[in-house]
Amino acid sequence: MKMRWMIGVLLLAGFALSWAVPHFGWLDPYILLVLMYLGINIILTASLNLVNGYMGEFSVGHAGFMAVGAYVSSVLTVNLFPVTGAVFLFPVAVVGGGLAASLAGLLVSIPSFRTRGDYLAIVTLAFGMIVKSALENIESVGGPRGFMGMEQLTTLPWVYVWVVVTIWILRNLVFSKYGRGMAAIREDEVACDLCGVHTRRVKISAFVVSAFFAGVAGGLYAHVLQFINPRMFDILKSTEILIMVYLGGMASLGGSILGASIYTIAMELLREQGAWRMVLMPLLLILLMLFRPRGLFGLREFPWLVPLRDLVLLRPVKKQKEKTHVPAGS
Amino acid sequence: MSLLEVEHITQHFGGLCAVSDFSLRLEPGELVGLIGPNGAGKTTVFNIMTGVYRPTSGRIHLDGEDLVGLSPSAIHARGLARTFQNIRLFKKMTVLDNVRLARYARLGYNPLEALFHVGRFRAEELKILEHARSLLALFHLEDAAGERAENLPYGLQRKLEIIRALASQPRILLLDEPAAGMNPPEIEELMAFIQRIRKEFALTILLIEHQMRLVMGICDRLVVLDFGATIAEGLPHEIQKHPQVLQAYLGVEVGE
Repeated sequence: MKMRWMIGVLLLAGFALSWAVPHFGWLDPYILLVLMYLGINIILTASLNLVNGYMGEFSVGHAGFMAVGAYVSSVLTVNLFPVTGAVFLFPVAVVGGGLAASLAGLLVSIPSFRTRGDYLAIVTLAFGMIVKSALENIESVGGPRGFMGMEQLTTLPWVYVWVVVTIWILRNLVFSKYGRGMAAIREDEVACDLCGVHTRRVKISAFVVSAFFAGVAGGLYAHVLQFINPRMFDILKSTEILIMVYLGGMASLGGSILGASIYTIAMELLREQGAWRMVLMPLLLILLMLFRPRGLFGLREFPWLVPLRDLVLLRPVKKQKEKTHVPAGS
Repeated sequence: MSLLEVEHITQHFGGLCAVSDFSLRLEPGELVGLIGPNGAGKTTVFNIMTGVYRPTSGRIHLDGEDLVGLSPSAIHARGLARTFQNIRLFKKMTVLDNVRLARYARLGYNPLEALFHVGRFRAEELKILEHARSLLALFHLEDAAGERAENLPYGLQRKLEIIRALASQPRILLLDEPAAGMNPPEIEELMAFIQRIRKEFALTILLIEHQMRLVMGICDRLVVLDFGATIAEGLPHEIQKHPQVLQAYLGVEVGE
């Protein structure tokens, strides 16, 4: 893997492209819009995968965190920053939305200390509902009518940068002691505790980081659409993110990129089918679960997403297949 | 003073008394066997010692420090590591990650350093990578480092579980039926393995086992548990002839 520097070059080239494409009008505005949604969906999917895939919990309230980020960042750009200066303050607003969402994540992770599986699903479901009905009742952000007045500050280069940052940070976390702790919680929480892992701290980290990026995605989403209302962030939105996670594959960032891309593009292609696309997509998902229960790329990773330190040990696996057996004696 | 002192531990589950007034002392470097019929409360004793259960009453001292009420991870940090009766490896994780996980508490970096892979992160990760690999190499498992734990053959899974426990450099190792499901040659090998790690890692070992061949072969001392209470304690050859032990295992003759 001496080609690591290539990744940097490709990332820079990608950034240049994300700037050039809208600047020179190489693509249809509609396709540009789809590309931005695709990026936002990648952020949502990868961040939910941290909790649902890597840690094996079942959170169904991701849209709630997204809503917190969307509203907080919108209020920041509309009410707090003067419109003229808002352009370079946009990342501050997005990070602000992310931080607000991670605070919400912290609050949700507290009752989740004692719950797992179904119970955690109920806690996060309730959280999603609370966020939605709270927003419907806050008149200063428009209540059920929604909130508007944002400029279209989200551009393709911004989405690109945030996708890269999200994947990089999630990758860093996954390939650290916290990431190993999360995987061990998924495999056997009691044994994990007995191996000296502070399971509570690991769960909090996962929730907070996951919620942060959901908030970031919300902020970007609000500034593409320039209009948000509480109904956008209901259980259907959460379900959509869940579908992308399971489509791409559990515990795989590469899978999340794939899953979000395939789902977003497929939904756009099926747009002409109208209501039928809501039948076709779930049907595809059922087929996937039957034939590939772990998703397209579950528990696997692209080598370029794995730090070199951890990649070295993937090598002996391939060699081992050729060998007859592992020596049994000690 | 003993390394570990378990004093008058009692554990009730509702109306059931799983362990009653159990006491045990472990001297540094000892290898003690805990035996008894099924359901005698042996694993419950392990669960109490490692903090999974909080005993109804009683005290546990490690080097004079009270362990009752500490969380399992805190007890692990103080040098008590264990294995499980039914293997509990992290199946979908690699062999290497299973070993590295056990050193979680010894990795000195914070979440922020982990998020950006900066500061102490690289040096610390490199250190445990080396440590984990050398530990695996010591037991000829280095070639399987990248393999998922679930793909190892049964005997190696048992061994990996012990290596995972060793990774945290414990002072006391608790082995819960390490020979379960093994055939006689495998048991011979396991006995040599246990004696080897005992010496090389300067361990104090407490083990639960039903295989008399292993228990009689390597234990310095035995404690016999039945219905949650200690019924006998002594050297292996004494225990073999102990009337109460024979009764517990073989039952009482009718009319006696």
